[in-house]
Amino acid sequence: MAGAGGGGNDVQWCFSQVKGAIDDDVAEADIISTVEFNHSGELLATGDKGGRVVIFQQETENKSQPQCRSEYNVYSTFQSHEPEFDYLKSLEIEEKINKIRWLPQKNAAQFLLSTNDKTIKLWKISERDKRPEGYNLKEEDGRYRDAATITTLRVPVFRPMDLMVEASPRRVFANAHTYHINSISVNSDNETYLSADDLRINLWHLEITDRSFNIVDIKPANMEELTEVITAAEFHPHQCNTFVYSSSKGTIRLCDMRASALCDKHSKLFEEPEDPSNRSFFSEIISSISDVKFSHNGRYMMTRDYLSVKIWDLNMENRPVETYQVHEYLRSKLCSLYENDCIFDKFECCWNGNDSVVMTGSYNNFFRMLDRSQRRDVTLEASRESCKPRQVLKPRRVCAGGKRKKDEISVDSLDFNKKILHTAWHPQENIIAVATTNNLYIFQEKVN
Amino acid sequence: MINTMECAVDAQSLISISLRKIHNSRTQRGGIKLHKNLLVSYVLRNARQVYMNEKYAEIYRMQQYEEVMTVCNEIQELNPLDLVEDCEEQTGDCCGSANESASLCGALLPVSHQAPAVQHLQPSSACSVPLALQSEEVCKAPEPSFYRSCCAEAYPVSNCDFSPVNNMHCNKTTVLDLDTHVVTTVENGYLHQDCCASLQQCCQGAQSPAKKRKLDFGYYVSEIEEVPDFTPCKRAKFEDSSYASTEPLDTSNISNLISIFGSGFTGLPKPLDSSQSEIPQYARHINVQHT
Repeated sequence: MAGAGGGGNDVQWCFSQVKGAIDDDVAEADIISTVEFNHSGELLATGDKGGRVVIFQQETENKSQPQCRSEYNVYSTFQSHEPEFDYLKSLEIEEKINKIRWLPQKNAAQFLLSTNDKTIKLWKISERDKRPEGYNLKEEDGRYRDAATITTLRVPVFRPMDLMVEASPRRVFANAHTYHINSISVNSDNETYLSADDLRINLWHLEITDRSFNIVDIKPANMEELTEVITAAEFHPHQCNTFVYSSSKGTIRLCDMRASALCDKHSKLFEEPEDPSNRSFFSEIISSISDVKFSHNGRYMMTRDYLSVKIWDLNMENRPVETYQVHEYLRSKLCSLYENDCIFDKFECCWNGNDSVVMTGSYNNFFRMLDRSQRRDVTLEASRESCKPRQVLKPRRVCAGGKRKKDEISVDSLDFNKKILHTAWHPQENIIAVATTNNLYIFQEKVN
Repeated sequence: MINTMECAVDAQSLISISLRKIHNSRTQRGGIKLHKNLLVSYVLRNARQVYMNEKYAEIYRMQQYEEVMTVCNEIQELNPLDLVEDCEEQTGDCCGSANESASLCGALLPVSHQAPAVQHLQPSSACSVPLALQSEEVCKAPEPSFYRSCCAEAYPVSNCDFSPVNNMHCNKTTVLDLDTHVVTTVENGYLHQDCCASLQQCCQGAQSPAKKRKLDFGYYVSEIEEVPDFTPCKRAKFEDSSYASTEPLDTSNISNLISIFGSGFTGLPKPLDSSQSEIPQYARHINVQHT
């Protein structure tokens, strides 16, 4: 199947679409904070700092023009979260959408979970393309008719109308997190999901909003003894009893919910010993894991820290099976990156449909495709300059030092304000969604 | 854009940058980010270790040199003819006797040789704390209640009797009890209890200003300006005017910062006494190094 093929150097990526405003003056509310395909890949959701969710839908393929792969167009937009104020703690709660996760589709409607720092919401997105007409007691505009004027009866019928997509909040899961929620993950049982903040992980039932179970709690008795926080968590794609969570210390713990009610004791601990020759002031920061993702087949998991991507075999705890450098040239710049706060950027990573290629973002609107099977990697750029339809993306090279070759860009010329933190890969096809600060780029495999 | 000028990877500037970040995080939207502040506190700790190691080495070196010179002068008063030979002989024996005394020799040698001494010192004392820091549980001390000062181990010949008769392999180790903050010196198998008035004053001095700290976030901005007040207890010990120019935040206060953040998160003000009644364990390690 062409779609599941490798995404490395064999595949040529070409521009498909870009969504979002063109001007350089970026409104803070428009900054994209999460990107997620649904399970079929037909829908693509983005969340932003303003608390809005925008869902794009892939148009059904145009048979007459097979080269023109179907495009994604806006399907629904809604305000998911609003800014709130916690009066007790005098804290403002940001409306920024931290994560969106789709539920597998069960009926005509689509469901997704979206979360900000404190509250998770279940949204139902449903279509309405017909409406009933011919009520007896009501006029078409809804006003009630005077009963005395009714002389005949008729049966109301459905008549087609312009497609309307409605989003309605079906559940609100609130007040369960003291700290900032960083992850949500739907279980393969389709009934439960987990939410993780800095120190705790809670298990919810999708139907029940007034209670949740705390399954991990790493808060020390004395907060002064705090040494690590939870940075990401995810359920295993097939084993509904298994989940993992990563920490700021660069470790990943795999927990089995069958072992005990409180999963503070891990079943497996994945940790690679630190290389003492690389020790610096910032060693703790760059080893903090910003994202963890299971492979689709459930045999591997991938972690992203500041400079690298690591692939772990779930059966081997003492070291990753593969390590890829994302932008090693930044290692000598850590001090400057600390000063301008870039060192705290949390990059995400994602797998392609058949787990042969992984992708992650970098600076200067660069993103990296790391082909596991071919052991090759390529750096591409999401930029307005390469926006012609079906224009093939040219590999980019960063010159770490010494003489800069033609077409290379030097480290000092990189724009650290242009960062790609969020990327997503279509579950079946070679279609990727890459979020720059306020734009969403969609790239597709070049079809000859 | 990264500044093309080489950023000063200087412990002192990192400390001030980190403090600024912690301070700014208070006013950022969305509340204090625990993760980011934890990472900043690690940088702060690393920078402070390096900074304090350098300072401590320098001062200790100067003190040792002064002590040796004082002894030499005393010998000179007693026996003016033997003075030069004795001192040189002792120095030579020092160098030869134990590996650890290489640093002391470095201190006694002309200035040009002092840089290696510092470098030698850093790993040996840095290892003492980070051994604990780098392990899973920060609070685990190498030994339960006593902490061996590696700095002291590097200078086994301090206060040795420089008379030619004595065996140069004098053993002196300084230990600090983490719970009672009493410094004891073990010399040639004999135990001395040092009256560490200045040390205790330091520790108490570090604690009492902390107690003044209010847990109300609103007052924190003004309290940042009070930070320099914490350093006088250290200054009393070292009497080094070079300290006056820099205001590294006392590490025990770093832990208090975290406790302040922590209490802010729970939304319930912690009773001042319970949170600041004792110096937390990881801060104790660092306190020991520098006192």
